[in-house]
Amino acid sequence: MKVKKSKADPKGVLTGAHFLDGDYALAEGALAAGCRFFGGYPITPSTETAERFSARIPTVGGVFIQMEDELGSIASLIGASWGGLKAMTVTSGPGFSLMQENIGLACMMETPLVIANVQRGGPSTGLPTLTGQQDMMQARWGSHGDYRIIALSPDSPQECFNLTIEAFNLSETYRVPVFVMTDECVGHMHEKVVIPPAEEIEVVERKWYTGPKDKYLPYKSDKDGIPFMVKTGDGYRFHTTGLTHDERGYPVIDAQCQKVNVQHLIDKIENNEDKIIQFEEDQTDDAEVVVLSYGITSRVAVKAVQKARKAGIKTGTIRLITVWPFPEKKIEKIAKKAKAIVVPEINAGQVFYEVDRCSRNKCSVVHVPHLGGWVHDPDDIFKAIKEAAK
Amino acid sequence: MTKKQPIKNPVEKILRMDRIPHIWCSGCGIGTVVTSFAEALRKENADLDNIAVVSGIGCTGRVAGYTKLDSFHTTHGRAVPFATGLKLANPKTKVVVFSGDGDISGIGGNHLIHAARRNMDMMVICVNNFNYAMTGGQVAATTPLDANASTAPFGNFEYPFNLPYLVEAAGGTYVARWTALHLRRVTKSIQEALNRRGFSFIEVITPCVTLYARRNRLGDGLNLLKYYYDKSEIQHNADTKDLNISYQGKLIVGKFVDKEKPTFLDAMNQHLAKKLGDKYQPYGEEKND
Amino acid sequence: MTEIRFSGFGGQGIIRCALIGGKALSIYGGKFATMNQSFGPEARGSACSSQLIVSDERVLYPYITRPEILVSMSQEAYEKYQAELKDDGILITDEDLVDPKIKRENIKHYSIPATRFAEELGNRIIANLVMMGFFTAITKITTPDTMKKALPGLVPDRFIELNKKAFDKGYEYGQKALDEGKS
Repeated sequence: MKVKKSKADPKGVLTGAHFLDGDYALAEGALAAGCRFFGGYPITPSTETAERFSARIPTVGGVFIQMEDELGSIASLIGASWGGLKAMTVTSGPGFSLMQENIGLACMMETPLVIANVQRGGPSTGLPTLTGQQDMMQARWGSHGDYRIIALSPDSPQECFNLTIEAFNLSETYRVPVFVMTDECVGHMHEKVVIPPAEEIEVVERKWYTGPKDKYLPYKSDKDGIPFMVKTGDGYRFHTTGLTHDERGYPVIDAQCQKVNVQHLIDKIENNEDKIIQFEEDQTDDAEVVVLSYGITSRVAVKAVQKARKAGIKTGTIRLITVWPFPEKKIEKIAKKAKAIVVPEINAGQVFYEVDRCSRNKCSVVHVPHLGGWVHDPDDIFKAIKEAAK
Repeated sequence: MTKKQPIKNPVEKILRMDRIPHIWCSGCGIGTVVTSFAEALRKENADLDNIAVVSGIGCTGRVAGYTKLDSFHTTHGRAVPFATGLKLANPKTKVVVFSGDGDISGIGGNHLIHAARRNMDMMVICVNNFNYAMTGGQVAATTPLDANASTAPFGNFEYPFNLPYLVEAAGGTYVARWTALHLRRVTKSIQEALNRRGFSFIEVITPCVTLYARRNRLGDGLNLLKYYYDKSEIQHNADTKDLNISYQGKLIVGKFVDKEKPTFLDAMNQHLAKKLGDKYQPYGEEKND
Repeated sequence: MTEIRFSGFGGQGIIRCALIGGKALSIYGGKFATMNQSFGPEARGSACSSQLIVSDERVLYPYITRPEILVSMSQEAYEKYQAELKDDGILITDEDLVDPKIKRENIKHYSIPATRFAEELGNRIIANLVMMGFFTAITKITTPDTMKKALPGLVPDRFIELNKKAFDKGYEYGQKALDEGKS
């Protein structure tokens, strides 16, 4: 990967130790990452991020605009990104649904941008003020057609900060929308958040094209598989479209061009999975039961795992930091060794099915559902571990 | 001996000639509006590197694909908010939204009124052919009463939008309406919009021969231009509430609104500087071409 | 690990109590602290509550389950939450606003006329700081200095001194209560 890294712009970095909620930490992460455009629409429980950004950006230098709806928010982000700024929005389930069409456009135009989804219980209006992890598959498949995105899942306000920076860096590296899939519990929870000095924060700069004006092809992949980008006003007078297109960005409506275009969107993520995917594992070496979870659920799961170990059950944990792309190889490896993988998540079964698929029937995979509104009772996870260990 | 250069059409400079011929039907008025746009840029000697065209979806949505400028063919209805982001991120760019009536006032109607309300610095050229043409001539928010459309097979009974009235009420600071017959007037309005700041809205009524005219047995492009010739009346500064269009009725055209008001960025910079003083980091610099 | 619930009615600065406590303990007190509050339509009504979990290790489960400490500044909040207080727990109330009519033998109860003291200091809005001072003295959860360090950013700059005064008033009253063995 040809990645141009630099130090964060100190203007956006609120160095120090703070007592922040996850929503505020998302905004601070964005500012530290160099985000200077925020187009948002209020929706509980994510609104505090927009409020924080709107309060902070005037003294940092940039734009906050409250758009008329989420359709407008995501469209403004794609425009702002092509205008040359790092751009972000925040939303929750219903707003995320409204953004899906233009998430497809962002993927098709290969536009870097970041969307944080502070998940709440659904479907529909559901539980505006209470937690859920029910948008995980929407993040993966929500827009029509085939494409790949990256989704991260923070488990604390500190990680909301860290992973928002990571999201921008991945987004710029791969020219793809990146989602920070947090939830109401983490979004509204206050904890200590340490923001390091700007010179300790690494940010990825966009890979700008600087070659001759008549030679620029907006969708010609560089050696690393990622095309160079330009912005409006650079004099390249380029074209981009949501239609299936060739290297010039010109529409070509046939199966052959579709194959090349869409395959590229898939390959640029799949071929770099090893660089993108992050997870944390603990005591999986000799584990009979491995608990796989992400976000807030992974904290609750540790309580269950502690209890299981006390009860003499060899239990390990995997915490997904990157949920999409999915750590397929890792799951398969674990499935070969463990008796069972237990998957608690605050939904009726989403990431669970992916674990089940990747386990290739090498071990049993047990789902511990929670339909939203609260986190799991650790005892429910413990019971599932105990049962699975039998 | 010098080789004789082929004579180039002056509009070629702003067109992607490698994409011509275009997809529009013969008799369609969209190309005419594009010609006016090109002519306005030429007359103004505009800095072509700093003009961006954003289109949505539909027949007019294809304009972005033919203009040799920074050009974006986006999603249905979202050209205006896309342009909003583009403008705010790169304020020196002159942003032009070029799209159809369905795209801008139907599916994108909410964005239209809010961009007008904010006096967002952009020019919206709305090509109004009274129907959804790309999909086969369905009824639109602009279809005159009684006109026939594929989804109003017994004639339209829904009241249509009066777009200049809508945009003025929402806060637009420049509002004009012309027909495809008024080529030079369209050019002039685009020139004026290029030279001003704020939300400029130019409606151009154009013939859709293949669908609207055929369904309504109105003849060909020439017949429609004849209708524009017979029934259009220039009334500058007319009260926009009087600009309803009835089926084959009078077409009041002209420049109706042209006033000064701070743009979104001007207002943001002025207000925040006042409230925050030296702490405020002024943002962007709108360029007046 | 200690679980604490602050409760009262809207406008008393109940959320602020947990924010001050959480910030003080996690940033200046060397502890882990996780703070939560009620959101949504229920948070707009009269009852208001915030939760604080303080621990020497990272807090895993994000909500309180059975608080060891309940601070109540309204009768409604007291009645709503008193039953969840753990045995051997500490109940802290505003003496003039809460009638602790439900008798529990196995808890310690301390009270302070926080709102009256605040009014005497010039503004009832600082009743929550009087309460925080009292709370700090009774629970010995951290030093008063550590608590006061958390104030900048959480109370308006021009009121910091007044807030500190309120805190000290509550703290002194709490120490006296402990000395006199008043429970």
